Amino acid sequence: MFRRIGLVLAILVAIVIYAYGFEVTQVNLEELGSPTRQQSLARILRALARPDFLEYEQEEFVVERPIYVPCPEGGAPAITPPAAGAPSLDAPPCADPESTIIVSGHNFAPNTGGPLNFIPPSGVSLQLARIETDGGGNFVLSVELRDRTAEEAQYLRAVTRRNVGWPHLSTNGAETIAKILETVFMALLATTIGTALAIPLSFFAARNLMRTVTSPLTSVALSVVAVPIGAWLGLLVARSLSLSGYQLSDSIAFNIGGVLLLPLLIWGLLLWIMAPTRASATTGGAQPSRAPAAVAVVALVIIGAAILAGYALADLLLLLGQSLEPYLADFAFLGGFLANIGGILHLLIAPICALIGAGVLMSYAGQLGQTLVERVEPGTGKVINLVLGALAGATLAALIGAVLAWFYELRDPALTLYWPALTGALAGAFVAFRTPYNASLPVGLTIYTVARTVFNALRSIEALIMVIVFAVWVGIGPFAGVLALGLHTVAALAKLYSEQVESIASGPMEAILATGANRLQMIVYAVIPQIVPPYISFTMYRWDINVRMSTIIGFAGGGGIGFLLQQNINLLNYRAASAQILAIAIVVSLMDYLSSAMRQRAI
Amino acid sequence: MPEPILQIQNLTKVYDNGVRALQEVTFAVPKGEFTAIIGLSGSGKSTLLRCINRLIEPTAGTILFNAVNVTTANDAELRHVRRRIGMVFQHFNLVHRSPVLTNVLAGRLGYVNPAWSLINRFSAKDVDKAMQQLDRVGLADKAQNRADALSGGQQQRVGIARALMQDPVMILADEPVASLDPVLAHGIMQYLEQINQEDGVTVLCSLHFLDLVHRYADRVLALNGGKLMFDGPPEAIDDAKFKEIYGKEAERVG
Repeated sequence: MFRRIGLVLAILVAIVIYAYGFEVTQVNLEELGSPTRQQSLARILRALARPDFLEYEQEEFVVERPIYVPCPEGGAPAITPPAAGAPSLDAPPCADPESTIIVSGHNFAPNTGGPLNFIPPSGVSLQLARIETDGGGNFVLSVELRDRTAEEAQYLRAVTRRNVGWPHLSTNGAETIAKILETVFMALLATTIGTALAIPLSFFAARNLMRTVTSPLTSVALSVVAVPIGAWLGLLVARSLSLSGYQLSDSIAFNIGGVLLLPLLIWGLLLWIMAPTRASATTGGAQPSRAPAAVAVVALVIIGAAILAGYALADLLLLLGQSLEPYLADFAFLGGFLANIGGILHLLIAPICALIGAGVLMSYAGQLGQTLVERVEPGTGKVINLVLGALAGATLAALIGAVLAWFYELRDPALTLYWPALTGALAGAFVAFRTPYNASLPVGLTIYTVARTVFNALRSIEALIMVIVFAVWVGIGPFAGVLALGLHTVAALAKLYSEQVESIASGPMEAILATGANRLQMIVYAVIPQIVPPYISFTMYRWDINVRMSTIIGFAGGGGIGFLLQQNINLLNYRAASAQILAIAIVVSLMDYLSSAMRQRAI
Repeated sequence: MPEPILQIQNLTKVYDNGVRALQEVTFAVPKGEFTAIIGLSGSGKSTLLRCINRLIEPTAGTILFNAVNVTTANDAELRHVRRRIGMVFQHFNLVHRSPVLTNVLAGRLGYVNPAWSLINRFSAKDVDKAMQQLDRVGLADKAQNRADALSGGQQQRVGIARALMQDPVMILADEPVASLDPVLAHGIMQYLEQINQEDGVTVLCSLHFLDLVHRYADRVLALNGGKLMFDGPPEAIDDAKFKEIYGKEAERVG
């Protein structure tokens, strides 16, 4: 009984919902059927059916005949008849304005068309009718003259056009091809950037990998403090080792030397450090025979050498690209590409060093925390935790304060630094007070949740909207489109990838862990082999999506074919727009086919 | 009695959903013994084996392996314990898309330099050793095949080769023959027996079929509902004991 009432209610609610839907979407059947609308529809559909892609060279025949409007007193002067067989136009020699006359033509090219114009003394063309010649090259038209009067002769002019030779690309066709290529490459770059970033990030958003990552509060607090310090140190080292601006760094020979010699030095030093541990690994327990202090110094030298080598490589690419560009003629873009890669590498070294610095210091802080928890008495541990918790809370709050200060341009340190730090410290200490000193905190799940939230938020903002910000940043054009699509791709792929990681078989992971492997080895040996096929397949699929997206991202300033399409639509140039729509359809369906074929291969 | 290699005291595991998989399980395994663990599905056999190398975190109790306390070991100590305990699984747990050789070499991960292993580099000595182990289980010619190209019995032999790469002092076998037909099952059990008798490796093996237990095990541990119901030689399982372990409705076959 209640179920039946519920069903009736559900149907009523559904009716109301759809009725309101009709109302707000302004469903209007009258507009659908109105004759003027249908005419417009027919016009646009016909234009779309004739894409402006190919065109012919056209030959134009012009035949003129004078006509007096109105008839002069004493009759019109005689007209010399045309040569026999030459195209000729026949009409009364004179007529009244707005009267209807018969115009006929002879010896025109058969089956051609064009306008029949009336030319008053001002020289402007007024179209009277369209000419369609029959198989014999003749036509007869009945036309109404315009209300233009003059004493001298006015003219009837028949213009017929004929296609000659082979069809060739129209200007619009050539532009369309150039832009669709630009579009495909936009999609390629965006997918590459997105994939490169999404692969490492996806592991942080995989629940099955992150769930088991836990650490005690001491480690967490130490890590929180260590991250900004490590990032700052990394940045400092990278900046101080950058040679840009010095005379020496502008020499190609110097940079070649750096690229060749520094890796050799690094290799030698690495062997020096690793040789003894490798030998002892089989007997169990690492017994480093080098003094720890010496190892530390050598490790620092290696890091410095690696950074220098990175800079040398970047500058070398930049210099090579720039100096090759003038000699490459048509392939100058290759030189530009080298220089660009060098420039990007040079820019990336500092942030990478900051990331590595943060990562290394964080991992040491984590280990230190673990050791503290194992060695220290519970009472002392509690005190240490209170202090570290307060420090970590203050650091977090100060960082958040700095971000807010930047966004809202607050300049009062009391508001953005002192008070937040104090509150953070109190909150941190409170958390430390409430948490048992050796309890394992679910750090992994926290990172997982944060990563998932960020990805979902980024994914929910369409690339079409992101491109607005990027177009302001780097200017309207394909580069803005690449950045917007790239960012959206990172979020979307990271989520898809991480779901793949979550769905892999857990057996092999368990088996690899059981051999005594560490977490990283487990990922390399048990996780990565399982996710290669789905990762390839998703990357292909994403390229497919990006091609589709990049065709319309130009509507919002992202360059590519969408930009052209939008222009033509706004100019009501539907035949040109039709060519672009056609190009998009062809490329998208080709990509569809290609990506599915390649995906099938990968699995 | 030889010195025990494994001592388990009051081992209890309560899962997050409240299931008490193990309750106060206590026993010791002497070095070199072939011990079978029997019991119905869900009686806690897998949980027990996985608690020993802490693939599953025990809730309470202590585990001593080679006089090292496994339950309180930190990350590094735990990995040292794990690398001396080989493990063989019911579903083999090979990485399907990797070559057989890589699967076997993975058994060495606890020993090698982590940095080298991340780029899939193993020393020539390790590769030789892996080939020897494959030869021992009769699969040397399959080294370069993908693991999923092998039959079930062959995959389990690869699993044994991987465990042997660890130079184990003990092997935990979790229903190693449950997914194989009876003929293949004896083949796999004979490899385990050979490793136990020739190399002196202690074997702790959960089994479904009593006839396999009688044929291969020195000693039987029986679990029911997470409790240790029986601990003794296989011959001592009489009809009364059988009912106690498998329940009243169970029928004894063979």
